Amino acid sequence: MATITASVYTSHVPAIGAAIDLGKTGEPYWQPVFAGYERSKAWFKENTPDVIFLVYNDHANAFSLDMIPTFAIGCAESFAPADEGWGPRPVPVVKGHPELASHIAQSVIQDDFDLTIVNRMEVDHGLTVPLSLICGQPSEWPCRVIPFAVNVVQYPVPSGRRCFNLGRAIRKAIELYDEPLKVQIWGTGGMSHQLQGPRAGLINREWDNRFLDRLIADPEGLAQVPHIEYVREAGSEGIELVMWLIARGAMSDAPPHVVHRFYHVPASNTAVGHLILENR
Amino acid sequence: MALDKPYKDIPGTTIFDAEQARKGYHLNQFCMSLMKPENRARFKANERAYLDEWPMTEEQKQAVLARDFNRCIKLGGNIYFLAKIGATDGRSFQYMAASMTGMTQEEYAQMMLRGGRSPEGNRYLSEQK
Repeated sequence: MATITASVYTSHVPAIGAAIDLGKTGEPYWQPVFAGYERSKAWFKENTPDVIFLVYNDHANAFSLDMIPTFAIGCAESFAPADEGWGPRPVPVVKGHPELASHIAQSVIQDDFDLTIVNRMEVDHGLTVPLSLICGQPSEWPCRVIPFAVNVVQYPVPSGRRCFNLGRAIRKAIELYDEPLKVQIWGTGGMSHQLQGPRAGLINREWDNRFLDRLIADPEGLAQVPHIEYVREAGSEGIELVMWLIARGAMSDAPPHVVHRFYHVPASNTAVGHLILENR
Repeated sequence: MALDKPYKDIPGTTIFDAEQARKGYHLNQFCMSLMKPENRARFKANERAYLDEWPMTEEQKQAVLARDFNRCIKLGGNIYFLAKIGATDGRSFQYMAASMTGMTQEEYAQMMLRGGRSPEGNRYLSEQK
């Protein structure tokens, strides 16, 4: 059977992708951000899975206002990087895992989560920036990736509790897959940030760090936090953090091993948070 | 009975909910069209003529022409869609964010380097002067 070996959590700030693509990672502004991922890159080289189940949100690229799926699972063979307005990022095409993705869709829908099955989709910085941060700049991504897009753009977005329970359903589905694949689940987005209006630039270091503490030690309690607290305390775009609860819900019920924890302000408009948790 | 919208009392923040999305549908879809290089070129060549191809309100068109992003948001725009205008102009996300705060980009960048805008005094409308 397939197993979930670990989960990775990280912000997916577009400016981080631009810094990598333009060769600016050594600049004084960016150096502290990328230093926080050195350990992660080494860990990933030693622990490359067969498949990454990557939870992220689309930022008005694959999905316009024509269709707004709350949860969309990418079942295609490949996913090209999107042109977000300044040309596509110069990163490899993402190779999917259609068999495992379709299996997960079937199992999770039978568990009462209404996933939208997507067989053609481009992927934006929400998915490619985390891959660049952890895998660097290879000519091919080192493993298959199943994109899992969550609507956090048009309110209301799914609750933390629903995301956590969805993670549990995904765990069950993966464990029911016959092939002995090693799967990592990544939750991306956040941490505190607000990109709009006179309150733009909001950062809440204290709240973010409490979120990290609770994600490790009390994820079920954390999942009860209502939307309004995310928005008020972590900014209108801080709501992306509900996606981390999908990845956390997919981990075993036993306390995880904390491989790495990192927090830094700022990357452009955003607080960068990062965690790696292994199942014991 | 009205829906519960507790986010209405957060200062300087517009939540892109169903009501806003309804108002801003054509404005946001216009922004979406700027993902294609040929559309970006046509928009740049004659902004007004390009906007007139969309069933947007006059107020929305004026807000786009003025690059008044706070106004765009009030009229139903969403920041991820509006970012396509910024990209077309060759502006960074930080530039766009700064323009909505009344600060210069330099002042805004300095605020971020100092740890960002504090939530203190910024949680409720009632805390604001």
